[in-house]
Amino acid sequence: MTMRVVNHPVLGKLPEQNRITIRFNGQPYEAYEGDTIASALMAQGVKTLRKHEMSGEGRGIYCNIGHCFECRVQVGDRKVVRACLTPVSEGIEIHSLTAFVKGGQTK
Amino acid sequence: MIDLLVVGAGPAGLSAAIAAAEQGLKVKVLDEFPKVGGRLLGQLHQEPSGEWWNGIEMGEKLHQKARLEGVNIQCEVSVSDISRTDFGWSVYTSVGMIKAKNLLLATGASETAIPLPGWTLPGAISIGAAQVMGNVHRVKPGNSCVIIGANVLSIAIANELMLCGVKVKEIIIPETGPVAKDAGVPEKVMASLMRLTHLAPNAFLRQAGKFGKFVSPKVAAQFFPKNGIRVLGIPIRVKKAAIEIIGEGQATGVRTVAVTPDGKRIQGTEQVTEADFVCIAGGLAPMSELASIAGCSFKYVEELGGHIPLHSERMETAVPGLYVAGNITGVESAKVAMAQGKVAGLTVAFNTNGASKKTEMLVKCALDDVRKTRANALIEFQPGIVEARERIYVQFEQERIAVKQAITVS
Repeated sequence: MTMRVVNHPVLGKLPEQNRITIRFNGQPYEAYEGDTIASALMAQGVKTLRKHEMSGEGRGIYCNIGHCFECRVQVGDRKVVRACLTPVSEGIEIHSLTAFVKGGQTK
Repeated sequence: MIDLLVVGAGPAGLSAAIAAAEQGLKVKVLDEFPKVGGRLLGQLHQEPSGEWWNGIEMGEKLHQKARLEGVNIQCEVSVSDISRTDFGWSVYTSVGMIKAKNLLLATGASETAIPLPGWTLPGAISIGAAQVMGNVHRVKPGNSCVIIGANVLSIAIANELMLCGVKVKEIIIPETGPVAKDAGVPEKVMASLMRLTHLAPNAFLRQAGKFGKFVSPKVAAQFFPKNGIRVLGIPIRVKKAAIEIIGEGQATGVRTVAVTPDGKRIQGTEQVTEADFVCIAGGLAPMSELASIAGCSFKYVEELGGHIPLHSERMETAVPGLYVAGNITGVESAKVAMAQGKVAGLTVAFNTNGASKKTEMLVKCALDDVRKTRANALIEFQPGIVEARERIYVQFEQERIAVKQAITVS
């Protein structure tokens, strides 16, 4: 199921985009070139991007323009980025940040 | 070295860059977002003439013009710190340090959140987030939504979400409290909606304005129908307040309660409205962290949306070589931001190239254009903007004199 707005009464038809594959927590998802990580995952109905460090509760985008830092995710094996500002690329590996457990290790 | 570094590629920043580059200055623009245009990108509303204000197109026009004038624009760059130096400014970014003689902060505004139980659930997002997701990325955050916060921005965006194919189930208000304040008091909400009469940007808002044309906000709130007024199919319910965003793992609806005209809960009126996602619309506030780091003086101005760096009508701050334009100086429409940007760009050119009659003329015309644009504004976010602006300019001149005297004495 896609949430893309293909036909818009004022903005017109969504131009054809190159399709690429991204991976989120190991799962492959289809994305459009020009998507941000947040929009690509939202288009596939994925809203939970990480777990809160202390409570372990889910978090997703809040402001979608880089102010709130709620959508931070890990790209590759270390860089933490804001999903709403980071463009996708073919084969990009994205990981949810997970909750801390006592002793400072991640679950 | 760069003559002018602009932070923010929105309507103000781009317009300033174009104006300065036209006067021969070497200009660079930075923005965090992957696309040029800032908050212009999400905007889409109908003008009284029937024409559509298409922010994406306007952003593209400004982008092209800036490129044509030789402006260097770099996206996906975040500015984390700035410091004054002998030559002007050192600006620390995610891609290294950039030196510039002059700095213009056109960082715009950010949305004020209204925390309520459940607001951190995935699927509970700001109204601006939904706007950008739908209009810019062309992705619906869900098929149905509830909007918490009945104001000019939320009503305009409700209409935009509908165009994206989202069913907006209802627009309700937050419960009043230390953050929501008047936004959760029906009679105050009515008073602010009733100001949006014939000038409002679409039929939706115009009807909301007509409703209260002959009665006081207080009376209007009292007799406001329980089921709301429905315009273009979207019910606006100003006497229904959100008390919790509910859902297991992600938002699936809002728990609501009926409130009295002065915002008190009415017992036994709890309901749940189900929705795929929930938008929080708490209004806008100037985003001024970088001006604060630079050492600007600040004033709290309710009419302009919050704390703003003290500045002149020509967009100078009291810090030499530091300028501001757009919503960082107060929340207004993109058209005003564009006009202010032009003033800022020309002022930088005037101060850099040396005073000339020709540039002075251009600045004066640009200032005139700001006043005209403001007078014709379709969306007035707060009453009393013109008066508040005048007060700021007077305070700025007083501070400028005080600083000069302090320097002379020491």
